[in-house]
Amino acid sequence: MRARLAEAQSQLLVLAAMAAILATVPLWLHGSGRTVAIRVLISAGVGVGWNVMGGFAGQFSFGHAAYFGIGAYTGAYLLVSHGISPWIGMVVGAVLAAGFGALTGWLSFRYRLRGAYFALATFAFAEMLRLVVQAQGWLNATQGLQVPVRPESSWWMMQFSTTSPNYYFIGLALVVVLVAITILLVTSRRGMFIVAVREDEEGAAAAGVDGTANKVAAVALSGAMTAVMGTFFVQVFFFIDPELAFGPAESVAILLPAVIGGTGTIWGPVVGALILIPLGEWTAGIVRDPPAFLDAVAGRSGLDLVLFAILLILILLFLPKGVYGSLAHRWRR
Amino acid sequence: MSDLLAVTGVTKTFSGLRAVDDVSFTVEAGEIVGLIGPNGAGKTTLFNVIGGRLPCDTGSVVFDDDDITGWPPHRIARRGIGRTFQLMRPFGSMTVLDNVTVPAATGVTSIVEAREQARSVVDRVGLSDQVDDLAEALPTAARKRLELARALALHPRLLLLDEVLSGLTPAEREPLLTLLLDIRGEGVSLLLVEHVMAAVMRLSDRILVLHHGQLLASGTPSEVTSDPQVIEAYLGEEDLLAGS
Amino acid sequence: MSRTEATQTLRTRLDIPRWSWGVVVAVLVVVWRWAEVSELAASGPGRTIALQALLTGLLIGGVYGLVAMGLSLIFGVLEIINFAHGAFLTLAMYVTWLIATTTGIDPYLTLLITPVIMFVVGAAVQRVVISPAMGQPLENQLLLTFALAILIENALLLVFAANPRSVRIPWASAAIGPLDFPLRLGGAIIELPRILAFLGGLVIAGGLFAFLNRTRTGTAIRAVGLNPTGAALVGVPVGRIQVMTFGIGTAVAAAAGVLVLPFLTLEPTTGAQFNILSFVIVVLGGLGNVGGALVGGLLIGLTQELGGLLFPGQSKLLPVFIIFIATLFLKPEGLFGGGAE
Repeated sequence: MRARLAEAQSQLLVLAAMAAILATVPLWLHGSGRTVAIRVLISAGVGVGWNVMGGFAGQFSFGHAAYFGIGAYTGAYLLVSHGISPWIGMVVGAVLAAGFGALTGWLSFRYRLRGAYFALATFAFAEMLRLVVQAQGWLNATQGLQVPVRPESSWWMMQFSTTSPNYYFIGLALVVVLVAITILLVTSRRGMFIVAVREDEEGAAAAGVDGTANKVAAVALSGAMTAVMGTFFVQVFFFIDPELAFGPAESVAILLPAVIGGTGTIWGPVVGALILIPLGEWTAGIVRDPPAFLDAVAGRSGLDLVLFAILLILILLFLPKGVYGSLAHRWRR
Repeated sequence: MSDLLAVTGVTKTFSGLRAVDDVSFTVEAGEIVGLIGPNGAGKTTLFNVIGGRLPCDTGSVVFDDDDITGWPPHRIARRGIGRTFQLMRPFGSMTVLDNVTVPAATGVTSIVEAREQARSVVDRVGLSDQVDDLAEALPTAARKRLELARALALHPRLLLLDEVLSGLTPAEREPLLTLLLDIRGEGVSLLLVEHVMAAVMRLSDRILVLHHGQLLASGTPSEVTSDPQVIEAYLGEEDLLAGS
Repeated sequence: MSRTEATQTLRTRLDIPRWSWGVVVAVLVVVWRWAEVSELAASGPGRTIALQALLTGLLIGGVYGLVAMGLSLIFGVLEIINFAHGAFLTLAMYVTWLIATTTGIDPYLTLLITPVIMFVVGAAVQRVVISPAMGQPLENQLLLTFALAILIENALLLVFAANPRSVRIPWASAAIGPLDFPLRLGGAIIELPRILAFLGGLVIAGGLFAFLNRTRTGTAIRAVGLNPTGAALVGVPVGRIQVMTFGIGTAVAAAAGVLVLPFLTLEPTTGAQFNILSFVIVVLGGLGNVGGALVGGLLIGLTQELGGLLFPGQSKLLPVFIIFIATLFLKPEGLFGGGAE
């Protein structure tokens, strides 16, 4: 009878245990390794956000950079121009992203965009935001915004010395919250409705479930979750520009962890990020310090992404449900 | 007493073709009405209009004193009209219990309560043994039951059943017939489209015959089967009427 | 199915075709930007600028149309959104550049070589990478082609580095018959390579059209696009046709690459702009509608250049995306309907 609640509880316990273990990372990981860990957290966070829309709601987004960018630019603009805390910027950005998602989502669903058309529409919305932001003087156009460096550390302004583990802890806390939201969503009424609509919209309607409203809700929530990581990203790297925030490469970077790990699963995006970012680091490392047979290409740019693309193709061809998704599928049988 | 469902002058046209042509009828509370007619007579279209899946061009649908014409399907479902689909529409990757919990949860805020209700509905349609199976793994007979269970979980006052009995063996059909009569016993009205004539004749209090989108005849099973117009419409299909 | 139903309901109730809103929007834009429009119309230099934009847009639009035709063909037959299309175009440009600089032959002559090479490349990619993923969800196919694009772009970066390269045609500035190139027309300047690209685009597009409509293989390709199961039943080798289609689509992009090389700067990312524009054009012309893609190309070429004049300071791509979104919402089957339906 309480299977579903029990499932939520056990998943939350797993999450708490993982968080406790991951909280020890700054004790033994320093320097560039810690930056990689923070990038894993950002990748996991945006992937978890994308997964609500692309995985559970089954609405494939190829333009999630729109939400990431809204979060990043809202936080950065409020901080740079008005000195407002990034924590507030984070909330405002999430609300704006949810609003943008609800509006564009509602328009797309109202006009019954599906599959390839829907994916291309999300792509176009993100591109339009990029082009619009590029032309805005008050957002410093194509130059982008730079976070002013403060003399002292401050939790309120989310700024610490470069060696501080606090960035890592904030990132970890955000990801834990986002995963917890996913767990609570999936085990709730709303989550069941969203998945039911994905599985069969007409069947869901006959069961009393409003397809459009639930899809719009999923898009808005997904957008807000992704925007939060956008604000955090700017605080970690001190910089944002239109390409970085809204570009197609960011849209792909957001959906990759979920697709690599397994869409529509709670842990897929986290597993995906744990594979993806270290993989990228490894290929980049090969270029910096190539083995003997690759000496010819030492220092040349491009090799890391070539290797990355090949690995990505292999994963997509041989583990089409994603790494975690394929394992979970096998385990279920 | 007033009618539970009143369909008045409903017309639905597809690119010039009148799929449903000025159809009017009523269903009383606790009544079983069979809707029959040759293929392409407009039965499923009529269901889609009542269920809100298709807007009608003219006419009105009144349910339990509410004019539900033009309401979206999910609102009509919540108002108390459950329906099954001829081409079944299960939530494939969800378990049987979750499939039924979805409609149950539209009526209550507590998922635990929705789950309890779903469990009893699943037991009632005889799917207790498959409660944790994925819907996509079910055989046809079980899927038909799942469709019915999903409709029942809405606590409907009217069920629109589109071919719930076809595709089943006589042995599989019998307990389902008993179940349907049982449901009616609780005061739920049934409007059913069915090709298995023997079953329709046995179940229905009243039969509506649809032909080329128009209501050709209406009456008790014996009245309808002796109607010469109906026999003509079914020319070549008499053996169906004779009962199989 | 639900889409046609929805359209029909709208038509019976409103009797205004949805696309007419597009006309309304276009008129509103002109009114809104009346300052820019009247300024351009008032002065001599303004008119020259407008004429130049018109001609440039139209000429490049022919090439856009050609690139988009290849993409539309691939979508129509394979139902795959090919994000690597622009990368294939870049690859073809490098192939041509390599041949032209090493052998010294005229770049236009590689129109006989490069597309053939790229046909083989495209066919091989379909055979090895795409076809195993044909039954998979949309996102996997999309990401596969995206990964291919990353692979090609960065392999080119690895081999040729980011140095911009160019191929110039020595006979581009010359008198040919009564015409003196570059042509001067009411103050506007038209370079010969752009004219050749436009004309070449039209000729190849016509050839592709004739191939699809007049030959047995073309008929088979269209049959697979309409109904792969049915085509297989009547004995069409569906797998082979799909491999061939991807090859042809890639070869068409390659031909476009050869045609634009004489007036564009070559870098590993040169094709990316064509990629995005092609998607817009393909949707505008109707997904899978090869003929519509050509007309869509001309429209987008014009939109880009004229939009740049009406919205100074904004990216030329912005009006293009506005048209894209408007098309998706108001006329998702494209201006000329889908080819597959």
